[in-house]
Amino acid sequence: MDLSWMAWTWQTAAFFIFIGLAILAMGLWEKIEPGGAPRHGVLGLDTTRGDRLFISLLGSAYIHLGWLAFTGAPLWGATIISVVFALAVFRWV
Amino acid sequence: MKNFRWFVPTLYILFLMAPIYWLLNMSFKTTNEILGGFSLWPKDFTIDSYVEILTNPVWYNGYINSLSYVLLNMIISVSFALPAAYAFSRYRFLGDKHLFFWLLTNRMAPPAVFALPFLQLYSSMGLFDTPLAVALAHALFNIPLSVWILEGFMSGVPKEIDETAYIDGYSFPRFFVKIFMPLIASGIGVTAFFVFMFSWVELLLAKTLTSVAAKPIAAVMTRTSSTAGYELGLLAAAGVLTIIPGAIVIWFVRNHIAKGFAMGRV
Amino acid sequence: MNKTQNNKAWFLVLPVLAIVSLNAIVPLMTVVNYSVQETFGNNLFFFEGVRWFREVLDSERFQDSLLRQFSFTGIILAIEIPLGVAIALSMPKKGIWASVCLVLMSLPLLIPWNVVGAMWNIFALPDIGLLGYTLNAMGFDYNFTRQAISAWFTVILMDVWHWTSLVVLLAYAGLRSIDDSYYQAARIDGASKWAVFLYIQLPKLKHVLTLAFLLRFIDSFMIYTEPFVLTGGGPGNTTTFLSIDLVKSALGEFNLGAAGAMSLIYFLMTLLVCWLFYTLAMRGEER
Repeated sequence: MDLSWMAWTWQTAAFFIFIGLAILAMGLWEKIEPGGAPRHGVLGLDTTRGDRLFISLLGSAYIHLGWLAFTGAPLWGATIISVVFALAVFRWV
Repeated sequence: MKNFRWFVPTLYILFLMAPIYWLLNMSFKTTNEILGGFSLWPKDFTIDSYVEILTNPVWYNGYINSLSYVLLNMIISVSFALPAAYAFSRYRFLGDKHLFFWLLTNRMAPPAVFALPFLQLYSSMGLFDTPLAVALAHALFNIPLSVWILEGFMSGVPKEIDETAYIDGYSFPRFFVKIFMPLIASGIGVTAFFVFMFSWVELLLAKTLTSVAAKPIAAVMTRTSSTAGYELGLLAAAGVLTIIPGAIVIWFVRNHIAKGFAMGRV
Repeated sequence: MNKTQNNKAWFLVLPVLAIVSLNAIVPLMTVVNYSVQETFGNNLFFFEGVRWFREVLDSERFQDSLLRQFSFTGIILAIEIPLGVAIALSMPKKGIWASVCLVLMSLPLLIPWNVVGAMWNIFALPDIGLLGYTLNAMGFDYNFTRQAISAWFTVILMDVWHWTSLVVLLAYAGLRSIDDSYYQAARIDGASKWAVFLYIQLPKLKHVLTLAFLLRFIDSFMIYTEPFVLTGGGPGNTTTFLSIDLVKSALGEFNLGAAGAMSLIYFLMTLLVCWLFYTLAMRGEER
């Protein structure tokens, strides 16, 4: 089957591999050391680890978009903020 | 006050019927009369448009194509969704809630741009221009919907029924088909109705994935404005005929729907 | 219902997972790939990084159609949800008339979307359409192909015509599931109609209204066929909603990179709204 129409680049491939590994890692983590019942975080939401991963990823997408919309600076600035954001989400949300 | 309650639904139904009446009105007029001016009913009553549609294979094949992919999609969606909905309604498993939400997000992708990769995907699988391609593509939004609706109905069936059946020595497949499915028959009816609805009305994907052999009726209709001039009468008649299968389906499932509604969550 | 913990349930979900993944993940990956590249056809692609995202976010055209999209979705939700609940409340509860109402009200939902657009086009034409002719005869200056306000009025009326029934059906289903004993208890307490609505009916409707809101939000946010057939996005650009703009740039101008970036931004917005709404509506449900 010819798949050249999917127009892969190594950058996007790396991106999807990262997402896949993140989900896999969450599954393994849950298997080895169950996270248990959802906890009540600072936002007033009950979240499990999976929810926190989702919030981190969605938030990172918005941080990157906001960075593109409001600054002209290189994108890795947004990536740093995203990592900090994700750590904060896993710690407190 | 109480005696005027019928007033609201009646007014609403009149509002719903007005454009449909207008379409019906147009379909019995000649094109000349339509363009000639405003009239509340056809003066020069004709059924030529309907005769043209029912005798011209380009037209009636459109109906056959549409119906065949819709039926295929109904079979695929309901049969795939049944076990999944059972899993969601009876068990907790790793990642269940996220999986459920992910399924629902598949309704959110704008089909406008996703149509192009779909075309490429089904061409490379050799399914382009077959009803199966459209049926599989529509499964994208119909399977999640079916899972949601069926899960609601299944949660209404007490779990003791499953356990009793297993104690009585039923295997899972036999229990599912012989005992469980009859219990949620109206749920399956309601699901089939919604699946039919969303597959029958969708055009963008159906049109992208077909060219000649499996062209749906709704896509045949766009032809009237391009090649044969603007034949409003024909267009209106074809439009009226697209309403009929839907109307028949509603008529058949109306009792199921009423019953399904009484059972609770849709 | 108390569910059993059993990871083998994954096997029951696998078929669904396989078929939905094929349809969802492969196209999504392809659109992501498009969004970072420039194409000249024939599968020739050049990497462009985030250029398209930056261009789309900065373009006035995108901001305008986004604003139009949010206005449209806001207006139709504000009309359809309350109207649908009101109609469901005043519908007959059982018997032949309930069936008649259900069947007639479901009709608009089962008409292919381009037929809906074409139907409303001939219904609203100022010279030969019932609506257009009547409005003009009553002294309104109405022409949806020339005036922005008329075009908006027609598109909104069409959407209300098309989709309010979905809200009615769902709300009706929710109301039917309320046990008679609740109403009897309310009657004994001498509760007013308003109190019955607020404390008995509305809480029971929460579930179905969540579904109605989500379906209506998602579908109206990517509305394409009906306004395209009715107005073609005009007059000018006044009814060019997001999807219409998207198709214009993807197919009309064959600018796959920008269209890909735009649809991803658009998908992220829908995802956020739906997740927020879903989480808030389901909060405190499970325990």
